[in-house]
Amino acid sequence: MQELRVKISGFGGQGIILSSYIVGKAAAIFDGKNSSMTQAYGPEARGGACSSQVVISDEEIDYPLVDVANVLIAMSQEAYDKFLPILKKKGILLYDTDLVKEVQIHNEIVAKAIPATRLAEEMGKKIVANIVMLGFATAQTKISSYDAMKSSIKESVPARFIELNMKAFQIGYDYIGD
Amino acid sequence: MKQSNLHGEFFMQGNIACAEAALSAGCRFFGGYPITPASEIAERMAFRLPQVGGSFVQFEDEIASMASILGASWAGVKSMTASSGPGISLMLENIGLGIMMETPCVVVNVQRGSPSTGLPTSWGQSDMMQARFGSHGDYGVIALAPKSPQEYFDLTIVAFNYAEKYRLPVFVTSDAIVGHMTEKVYIPPVDELEIINRKYTNKKPGDYQPYTIEPGQWVSDFAKAGDGYLYHSTGLTHDERGYPDMSEACHIQLVNRLIDKIKMNVDDIILLEERDLDDADVVVVTFGTTARTVVPGINLAKKKGIKVGFLRLITVWPFPEQKIRDLAKHVKGFVVPEINMGQIVLEVERCAGGVLTKSLPHPGGGIHDFKDVAKAIEEVAYAK
Repeated sequence: MQELRVKISGFGGQGIILSSYIVGKAAAIFDGKNSSMTQAYGPEARGGACSSQVVISDEEIDYPLVDVANVLIAMSQEAYDKFLPILKKKGILLYDTDLVKEVQIHNEIVAKAIPATRLAEEMGKKIVANIVMLGFATAQTKISSYDAMKSSIKESVPARFIELNMKAFQIGYDYIGD
Repeated sequence: MKQSNLHGEFFMQGNIACAEAALSAGCRFFGGYPITPASEIAERMAFRLPQVGGSFVQFEDEIASMASILGASWAGVKSMTASSGPGISLMLENIGLGIMMETPCVVVNVQRGSPSTGLPTSWGQSDMMQARFGSHGDYGVIALAPKSPQEYFDLTIVAFNYAEKYRLPVFVTSDAIVGHMTEKVYIPPVDELEIINRKYTNKKPGDYQPYTIEPGQWVSDFAKAGDGYLYHSTGLTHDERGYPDMSEACHIQLVNRLIDKIKMNVDDIILLEERDLDDADVVVVTFGTTARTVVPGINLAKKKGIKVGFLRLITVWPFPEQKIRDLAKHVKGFVVPEINMGQIVLEVERCAGGVLTKSLPHPGGGIHDFKDVAKAIEEVAYAK
């Protein structure tokens, strides 16, 4: 497998870092690959720009940072504006339709949109927007197998919210990209 | 119910792996004060120590924190603290006391951008000379620099072992990258780990002196508190009884031993990772996470036909002087990338005996551009 470099970005409080953790764990523990997750955040906890990154590979990972991405997940306009330039040619952009409104898609990348936050709100829990997005990412990219991602989510969220998160994952997975 | 040490494969953050390693090594006391990017270690220890019958105390500052782990160690418990540059600065006086009283303990410095409060959430490796010379006076020191969460786990165990074996505070000098990096970490069952525990005297209370060095040893054996041994220790220059002795002769003997117990055991203490050194023209000397971020630069230089060797200092202090001297006999030069303005390069240069040594500094908050690494290697390879 080709090395995959994934950037997940948004603002503090959206579960951006948890999302990377789940992606990395799916690869390292459940898909039998190597993965390396690193995070960057501002001094403020909520509302500030937040990004995290995962490298997934069959080989040992030397360079752990993502300054060129194969997959970019953008959960805010700021995140989109900041990180679109690092997306490789033929890279995949996944973004939240309602949070990233000014989009200039060019034909060198593959762009797929999902109203992840709105879908989560329709479930009654805005907080699972990140899991909806991970379901969408599992269907649209090669970051994880279906089973590995589900197992990783199950092990990474509180027991009483597993069912809710599984539902959110499935909604994202089944969504046909805009 | 006491919950035992973890065992198995985990997707684990570096700082958490460090805390779990401490528990596996038998650490049962943590005294500290929170600071980014080291707080996860304290947080984890606060959660986990009570589960294994240990104690966690958050103190009013780093001065008290460092004092507390010395006290815990003297009470017979393996102890540690964790901080970052600003906190370590406050701890240094008591680290010196720990060195003088020969107190086993572990001090983790998750380095961030410095000086002063610098870049709390970002990267640096600029406390390497602080670890070596930060406290006043002359002494030997041990510092270990992990490059991954797995190694953070492994080296924290090693740090506890060295602390007991050589009786001193041992530094784990990590950084914000590896501290906040999450990767697969395998934690072996505790009985499969090599753990060095405290060596207690087999002498009777009346025959025992706390600083009598037995033949063939570099440090003295401990006595158990509460077992009837008379005990005295001090930061003043002291004799075998642990009593102050202000004579020149006593001072010479003591200071020499604090240095020699490390210097004469470098073969035991120094851990290195070596790649492609045999026919190398240029050797990149690196440590910590920089050893990973410079790899694309090394690969680019190799593609251009340069024979590049790689020497990673897993043990940064004591410095592997002999290794650099040996390499200097057959290489064109060294390149030393580090996230500071040129600290370890001074040591390389000192041992290189005039062989070209190129510093590749970075003040922190980012990492080296791999093209700069490749360019530095080229400059050394094609130097006239």
